[in-house]
Amino acid sequence: MERPLRLIAANPLDSLARVIEALLVVATAPLTTEELCEAADESPERVETALGLLGERHREGRSGIVLEKVAGGWAFRASQEAAAACARMFERPVQRGLSQAALETLAIVAYLGPVSRPEIARIRGVAADSAVAGLLERGLIAEAGRADGVGGAVRYRTTPLFERVFGLESLSQLPRLDDLGGDAEHIRGRLTAVAEKRTA
Amino acid sequence: MVVRELELDLDAFEGPFDLLLTLVLREELDLAEIDVAGIVVAFVERLAERETLDLEACGEFLVLVAALLELKARSLFPEEEAELADLGPDEAAEELARRLAEYRRMKEAAAWLSMRLGETRDRFFRLGPAPLAPRPERKLAPQEAALLAEALRALAVEPPQVSLAHMALRFPPVALFVERFRSLLSRRRVFDFDSEIDGMSRVEIAVAFLALLELRKQGEIAIRQAEPFAPIRIARADVERSLSWNVRSA
Repeated sequence: MERPLRLIAANPLDSLARVIEALLVVATAPLTTEELCEAADESPERVETALGLLGERHREGRSGIVLEKVAGGWAFRASQEAAAACARMFERPVQRGLSQAALETLAIVAYLGPVSRPEIARIRGVAADSAVAGLLERGLIAEAGRADGVGGAVRYRTTPLFERVFGLESLSQLPRLDDLGGDAEHIRGRLTAVAEKRTA
Repeated sequence: MVVRELELDLDAFEGPFDLLLTLVLREELDLAEIDVAGIVVAFVERLAERETLDLEACGEFLVLVAALLELKARSLFPEEEAELADLGPDEAAEELARRLAEYRRMKEAAAWLSMRLGETRDRFFRLGPAPLAPRPERKLAPQEAALLAEALRALAVEPPQVSLAHMALRFPPVALFVERFRSLLSRRRVFDFDSEIDGMSRVEIAVAFLALLELRKQGEIAIRQAEPFAPIRIARADVERSLSWNVRSA
C-alpha cells in the first residue's frame, strides 16, 4: 500500500508540474518560462521538463484543458472538443467583426511595427484613424513610443494578445511576405503591357 | 467587375482606366485636362448595369479616384510640392508600382490573418487584465533635510496680491451719448464721428460707438465709412433716404 504513494511523492518533477499547473490556472495571460522559473523557484531545465509532463497530460483528446505555447509563453486553453459549448457560453469580443480595414491595418502593424498612423495611411492610401482606434480598443495593438524628431507621430506595435488570438508563438511565425506573392515587377509589367498594347 | 478595365470615353481620353493611370503617371497626359467627374459617371453607369453591388470594386475605385484627384489637385497648385512631383515620370511610376506592391503584400498578409482567424475559431481561452504584480519599491536619492525645508519654505510664501484696479472701470451710460447724438442730429443733418469723440478716453469712445450702433438699430441714423479707418460719417436716416432716392432717380 505504501509503494505507489512513495513513488508519487518521490518524483519531485511531478510536484513541480502541479505547481506550474496551478500558476497557469491563476494566470490570465501566457506565462514565460522565466516567469514560471521565478514563481516556482526552480531551474529552467526542470521547469521545461515539468512543462513537457504537463503538456502530455493536457492535450487534445485527453483533457478538456489543453496546454499550448503561445505569445512567447505558456497558457491553458479549452480543448477543441469543448469549442461548441464554449461558443454558446462565451463571447469573443476581440475577434468578432474585425473589418477588412482593421485586418489590413493589423497586418501592417504586425509586419512593419513599430509603425505610425501616417505610415499606415500611406500604405493603405486612406486614413487609418478609426481602424487604429478600434484595434487599440480591442487590445490587439498598443502604443510603442514616438517616431524620431520633435513631435514625432505615435507608433504602434502588436500586443501579446494579438499573438494569442491568432495562435502564434511569436511574430516570427507570421509567413514571410515574399511567400505571399505579389511584387512590384508584376504590377509594373501589367501597367506597361496595357500601355504598349494601346499605343501599338 | 474590374475597375482598371473600366472603359472611358472622355474629351481628353478614350480607353481603359488602367491606361489612363499609366499615361498620367508617365506624364504623357496632363491630368488637369482630365474630367474626373466623367470617370465617376462612367463607373456609376457600369455599376448601375449590375444587379448586385460590388463592394470590392467600389472600394478600389474610390481609392484610385481619390489618388487621381489628389494628383490633379497637386498639379493644379504647383507650388504645393508633391512627393511624386519631385521624381521623373519613370521614377514616379516606379514609386507608385512600389507602393501598390507594398499595399498588395499587406492585403495578402491581411487575408492570411483573416484565414488564420477562421482556423482559430475553436480556440477558447481565458482573458483578463494583467494580474497585479508586486511593484518594485521606488527609492529616492538621499536628500538633505535643510535643503528640503528651504524648498518647502519657498513654496509656502504667500503669493503677491493680484491688482483689481482695472476692474473698477467706470462706464458712462450709453443713453448719455444716444441723447447727445440725437440733439446733434436735430441741429445738423450730417456729422463726423471722429470730430465728436475728439479728446475722449478710450472707454468713452467705445461707449459712444455703442450709442451709434444703438441709433442705427433704431433706424434713426445711417452710418457711412468709405474704407477701413476712414472717417465715420453719420447722417439722419431721412436725409440718407432722400439722398439715395435722388441718386437712383438721377
